[in-house]
Amino acid sequence: MSQTQASLRGGPEPLVSVRGLRTLFATERGLVRAVDGVDLNIHKGRSLGIVGESGCGKTVLSRSIMGLLPSTAHREGSVRYEGHELVGKSVGSMRRFWGQEMSMVFQNPMVSLNPVMRIGEQIAEPLRIHLGMSRSDARDTALQLLEEVRIPEPKRRLRQYAHELSGGMRQRVVIAIALSCGPAILFADEPTTALDVTVQSQILDLIAERRQDRNMAVVLVTHDLGVVAGHTNEIAVMYAGKIVERAPTNELFANVKMPYTRSLLRSIPRLDDDPHTRLHAISGRPPDLIDPPSGCRFAPRCAYARERCHVEAPPLQPTENPDHVYACWYPVGSAEFFEREEELVATGVHVRGRQ
Amino acid sequence: MSGAGHAHLRELNDAVLQVRDLEVTFGSGRAPRVQAVSGVSFDIARGETLGIVGESGCGKSTTGRAIMQMPPATAGSVLFEGDDLGAMSPSELRLARTRVQMIFQDPISSLNPRRRVRDSVAEPLDIWSRGTSAERRQVVDDILADVGIDPERAAVARPHEFSGGQCQRISIARALVLSPTLLICDEPVSALDVSVQAQVLNLLEDLKARYSLTMMFIAHDLAVVKNISDRVAVMYLGRLCEIAPSRELYEHPAHHYTRVLLDSIPVPDPEVIAVGHELVGDLPSPVDPPSGCRFHTRCPAADDQCRTEEPVMRAVGEDHYVACHHPLVTSVAIST
Repeated sequence: MSQTQASLRGGPEPLVSVRGLRTLFATERGLVRAVDGVDLNIHKGRSLGIVGESGCGKTVLSRSIMGLLPSTAHREGSVRYEGHELVGKSVGSMRRFWGQEMSMVFQNPMVSLNPVMRIGEQIAEPLRIHLGMSRSDARDTALQLLEEVRIPEPKRRLRQYAHELSGGMRQRVVIAIALSCGPAILFADEPTTALDVTVQSQILDLIAERRQDRNMAVVLVTHDLGVVAGHTNEIAVMYAGKIVERAPTNELFANVKMPYTRSLLRSIPRLDDDPHTRLHAISGRPPDLIDPPSGCRFAPRCAYARERCHVEAPPLQPTENPDHVYACWYPVGSAEFFEREEELVATGVHVRGRQ
Repeated sequence: MSGAGHAHLRELNDAVLQVRDLEVTFGSGRAPRVQAVSGVSFDIARGETLGIVGESGCGKSTTGRAIMQMPPATAGSVLFEGDDLGAMSPSELRLARTRVQMIFQDPISSLNPRRRVRDSVAEPLDIWSRGTSAERRQVVDDILADVGIDPERAAVARPHEFSGGQCQRISIARALVLSPTLLICDEPVSALDVSVQAQVLNLLEDLKARYSLTMMFIAHDLAVVKNISDRVAVMYLGRLCEIAPSRELYEHPAHHYTRVLLDSIPVPDPEVIAVGHELVGDLPSPVDPPSGCRFHTRCPAADDQCRTEEPVMRAVGEDHYVACHHPLVTSVAIST
């Protein structure tokens, strides 16, 4: 814990600092520990990627930071935004942070837009509520926002409904709404998962441009390491409610430490591989968060796990690069890791080759 | 309408599927008609996997469904092992469909939530009363084990008790239980996490070998399609743009649209700098598709010829065909 926090110090004062954050959901089956002790800093104008499989807690983490949780959820720990403690704040007092300070772009643009409200009104609504704009000012600003997210024929779009727009255009509208009150942080939760690849790159570039223009922080939540590779400064990899590796983007890809991160990277089919190349699947499924495994939570699925991994949970520890932390007893590059890798190659389970 | 031509069709002695000039339009009465698929032709050899890629609305799923005759094509023919599926009587078609099976994108909604999954997998066998009930039980158990689902659990559990990846395995088991010749996979892994996606892709490769399947694999993710396919066809706005062996297509894309698609894939490596062939604008409406080459409104190389004259398929390499007036690959001399 102290080591983790050491690695989070240094540099300019973060916009958001998350310490020991836990989010618990009371369910019929028991307490689900969706986020289980997360430390994180988010800096002005920087982009952070949160990566992991479905159910790893990445969406709940981003919503916990924003305070957008259902009433069955319970938050512990600390989320500080520019000196304000957000954990424990009521919904009423959170309202002044939502929209103007933090906002969110959701995955499915069809569901996150109101089908019976014109696009223009949907963009104007937060402007009128949060910024107290007059109807005509809000309409002018809505038009500017549509231009900013590069929607063709913005004047006509203001009067249209969501179903009249393509998926990519709808997501641009959702981004326009999220940007409308000038947030300092934009959370984007799988913003391109429902979109085509060609549209995906347009939307990611658009978010990157707006980040630079507005010196806004962006938190990109996704399961796709390809998406974060080109669009983030830093990446946090989550597994079973915990951060298992965190590093500047280039450092992470060049020097993966946690076998889980490595497995995620290797399971992606790559264009430079030959057809019919066998993929490195991760066997099994993420654990149940009601009763997570003791020790390292990835150990039951990890090909490199040893006895210690099943008993003792590894802490986050820094590498030679203090900004790069990982939680693993036998990381990629260690003698024990190589020893096991040789065995796996010898038995034909693994193929030697690219990292 | 000539469509995109037939130069790319092979003379196969053992073609499992031959699709010629397939056209599917939707809408009736005075409403404008949507041309979802216009003049698409291709063939699949026995044991081959043909990948079909393109963006939403390019007609790739409609093509897959038209092969299954659900709904049937507006025009054109679908020859499956030499028989025209479109000309069959309903009872003939029902029998033929046991040899062509399909799996879909959303594995959870494609299973009946109220039935035990084992019953869903066994149903095709029960309908056709294949073998004795003991034999049927054995077939179902074997196939469930092959896809990595515990038959005992499947006998009591319902779809919501399984993860998305497991439901897709169950759907695959149901599709294979009648031992089909052709398996049409419509975006089978796009709803899954990368780790599970790799499991399902590896499984499909294993099953293809074990059950001697011929596959048609429809997806928007080119890296996935390249991994599983022998040949890849690229579609845009209801038309076929390019078809080639997968490695050839990825190494030497000839159609400008193929190159844009390839360049759009995010590479899981921050050192790789995006090359910047990006598409401008949105997909034109399939109600009123552009004249000439349908990609000309967004193509960097478009000229007057592209706006007026529709390109037909022509060879640009070994088994590599493109419908483009100004292809990116022209170096290969083609004797005509």
